[in-house]
Amino acid sequence: MLKLDGINKIFNEGTPDEKIALAEINLHLKPGDFVTIIGSNGAGKSTMMNMISGALTPDFGSVLIDGNNVTSLPEYKRSHFIGRVFQDPMAGTAPTMTIEENLALAYSRNKSRGLRIGVDKKRRQFFKESLEMLGLNLESRLSAKVGLLSGGERQALSLLMATFTKPSILLLDEHTAALDPSRAELITRITKHLVEKDNLTTLMVTHNMQQALDLGNRLIMMDKGQIILEVGEDRKHELTIPDLMAEFERIRGEKMNSDRALLG
Amino acid sequence: MFTAIFGSVEQGIIYAIMALGVYLTFRVLDFPDLTVDGSFVTGAATAATMILLGYHPILATLVAIVAGFIAGCMTGILHTKGKINPLLSGILMMIALYSLNLRIMGLTAENTIGRPNIPLLNSETLFSKFQTFWSNLGIDAALNNVLKSIGIQQVPSTWGTLIVVLLITILIKFIADWFLKTEVGLAIRATGDNKRMIRSFSANTDTLIILGLGLSNALVAFSGALIAQYSKFSDVSMGIGMIVIGLASVIIGEAIFGTKTIMRTTLAVIAGAIIYRIILALALRVDFLDSGDMKLITAIIVILALVLPQFVDKNKERKRKAKRAAERSHMKTVEQGGKGLA
Repeated sequence: MLKLDGINKIFNEGTPDEKIALAEINLHLKPGDFVTIIGSNGAGKSTMMNMISGALTPDFGSVLIDGNNVTSLPEYKRSHFIGRVFQDPMAGTAPTMTIEENLALAYSRNKSRGLRIGVDKKRRQFFKESLEMLGLNLESRLSAKVGLLSGGERQALSLLMATFTKPSILLLDEHTAALDPSRAELITRITKHLVEKDNLTTLMVTHNMQQALDLGNRLIMMDKGQIILEVGEDRKHELTIPDLMAEFERIRGEKMNSDRALLG
Repeated sequence: MFTAIFGSVEQGIIYAIMALGVYLTFRVLDFPDLTVDGSFVTGAATAATMILLGYHPILATLVAIVAGFIAGCMTGILHTKGKINPLLSGILMMIALYSLNLRIMGLTAENTIGRPNIPLLNSETLFSKFQTFWSNLGIDAALNNVLKSIGIQQVPSTWGTLIVVLLITILIKFIADWFLKTEVGLAIRATGDNKRMIRSFSANTDTLIILGLGLSNALVAFSGALIAQYSKFSDVSMGIGMIVIGLASVIIGEAIFGTKTIMRTTLAVIAGAIIYRIILALALRVDFLDSGDMKLITAIIVILALVLPQFVDKNKERKRKAKRAAERSHMKTVEQGGKGLA
């Protein structure tokens, strides 16, 4: 489904600020895999997400989706088959446009856009039904501007929009980190529901170890631009936070120094 | 007085097309496009040149629209492919168009390369063509009789121009409303709103910016072509400050009529353009003001339109708070009064 093959990226190469962002990343996702990614700040998690989405291109190495090499495909072309939700609730929606117009934008993701009216009767009905699933009563506010929604509501809408067209890959980049605990809980629940409904192949970056353990069938830990730990389906369900901390210490020979990773 | 206002309304309706173009870039695309000063003249110069060379005014106007579209696309390409700052891309295109406009008008005279203006005094224009058809209908006389019966003695020579520009502008408004609701239109709006988001929904923001700028400047050039035919001349400097006039129309319209929906906003922009012309006509009737002061007046109108709404809002807020405070102290007195009785 998704294959990262020897991805390398160095920022500011040849300057004193040179930083190895990713070093020899190899990752293979089977269809329906739900992989959670943890790691401290600067571990390369977001850089890896940007490599997959096409916002960044690797110095060398290749990205394959559904067996096609997409390494040199620009972001807007790759997003035909990649859905993405960002950490910032403001980032995934267009604030001055209405809920239904935002959904229409998401709906035409994998089609070519033409001079067809974006929100017609048939689509409005479909949008309504999809929104009902969120349980936030957004279906009765179809023509409200998205800028008026709360952060949680916007993030729920972003999630729905990202999964609307059943993308080959779903990228979740700390999408609950900017929300208060109860909203984060809600978004986590919606995430689970949407991913399971269409059996989406998903990559989720999180700072919250508990969330990383609760969701998905695989887990990877990153540090200093490398994948330092991979836990497969067989072992993931019995894993605990102390296990993860111990594992990190064993591999790196130092204590994990992120309070956020512990507390979420 | 009445004829002066009448003329302002006619012009305002034509300038409204330009203002809709400015709305498309400034508001919808969030791209401050200064190409307008040049592309307006490009439209005027292209139409005037072709008319003088004997082409049909409709064809001349259509070619002017295409010329404006190309100019806008060039600005978009400078910005998206050349990575030049939006303001600078527009300024560069504007200055380049100045020379091009001279050359376009130069095509009308032999042995001349550039020409700063073209009079269209004896040429057929879109309006004179329409006039021959219109005057046979006898509507002018009927409308003027109505005016005379309510005591207005100075009547306009024809209503035909007003009617035809009104029809054109309303048609454009409806096309714009429809377009901004289509899939491409939605994507253009999202580009102005949140580029990162719309890129993650597989839209090529570069193409959308180029297309949006092209369409905007097509409208601007259309307006220029109509103004040239309306005032029967084209001049290389007629576009100076056009962007500010467009902006003034957008801001005045939005301040008065609001921006709740797209349909309402486009109507507001048109109304804003007409109101702007009327204010200008009234200002020029003040004795010590000269037509050379027009740009100064324009600047003052824009400043007022930007500042006044803030002032009004603040005033409303203050009044509301004062009212609440008064209600509260009244409640207290009532409570205390109640206790006193008990």
